[in-house]
Amino acid sequence: MSTTAETEKTIWVHIWRGKDEGRHVSYEVPARENQTVLDLVTEVQRYHEPALAYRFACRVGVCGSCAMTVNGRPRWTCRTHVKRVVEGGEITIEPLRNMPRIKDLACDMGEFFDKWQKAGGKFKGKATRREPPMAVDPESRERKNADAGIECINCGVCYAACDVVAWNKDYLGPAALNRAWTLLNDERHADHAGLLEMATSEGGCASCHTQGNCMTHCPVGISPTRSIAGIKKMSLVDLLRGRAR
Amino acid sequence: MRHSPRRHRNYVAFLGHRLSGIALAIFLPFHFLALGLALEGAGSFDAFLAFADIPLVKMAEWGLVVLLALHLFFGLRILVLEFMPWRSDADDRAGLIGWGAGGALALGLVFLLGVF
Repeated sequence: MSTTAETEKTIWVHIWRGKDEGRHVSYEVPARENQTVLDLVTEVQRYHEPALAYRFACRVGVCGSCAMTVNGRPRWTCRTHVKRVVEGGEITIEPLRNMPRIKDLACDMGEFFDKWQKAGGKFKGKATRREPPMAVDPESRERKNADAGIECINCGVCYAACDVVAWNKDYLGPAALNRAWTLLNDERHADHAGLLEMATSEGGCASCHTQGNCMTHCPVGISPTRSIAGIKKMSLVDLLRGRAR
Repeated sequence: MRHSPRRHRNYVAFLGHRLSGIALAIFLPFHFLALGLALEGAGSFDAFLAFADIPLVKMAEWGLVVLLALHLFFGLRILVLEFMPWRSDADDRAGLIGWGAGGALALGLVFLLGVF
């Protein structure tokens, strides 16, 4: 029967076990139709290794918590079909790069979120809730700039892909700077000057080497490279205007 | 550990720009040495020119010309990325990588035509 033939098909999954010191452990799991990499990890956790640590929540590409390194590249495991990434019947799954490891496939994302704040990512409104909402022209250049980067869900894929983050621990990273760029273009934000200073200070936009790893790997299709370039340009214009004053 | 988020054209352009920049840094001291010898006197400069005429040295010069042109073109691409408007999120100016590499090779060819 065809179902028997299907169940006989298996995939070898090599999963990182441990913290910084550890090893790859290989598991043979059934290959199924419409199987995601997260399904593989769940299969291993349920039937082979109950102590396997990994993180996920929504399973549909909304929460951004299941990102892992799959065959060397950072990806959302819930939105990565096994068929797209399997190499010779094998898949290697490791934790995200550039973040402290907790156990197995789970990373500590604290520093990643801290840098979001350090880049000035917190919205400060000009108006109170008692005032009417500000009218924002969706066709304005600023709003279009903000819209281009606004769908980031903080999954950390770009941060893990970035070599500059690996080289320079102070670098704020693509996601945090992308957030800063959306706020710099948000006319409702109260402190553009302070935000620009935070985004251009040590470890800010000037540290970016335009390698493009972030825009190549962003699962949403955002280009943090574009956002960072925008901050660089804005800071130069700001400098020239300052000189002219 | 397997980490290969670097297999894409932008990273290749980044590497091309940085490595050619290092080549420039290595070349510059020799360039200043040649200029210094020219100022010192004709004899020592002629000896240097004779050294520069060795085919292997000429080939190395060709490599430098190509790398320096590459550095110029890939550097211009970064300026375009950072200071010109992006037409879309995916607008990484990939064409400029190809044109830059092609332009560098063309300049190398012009150098070779001048030498031989």
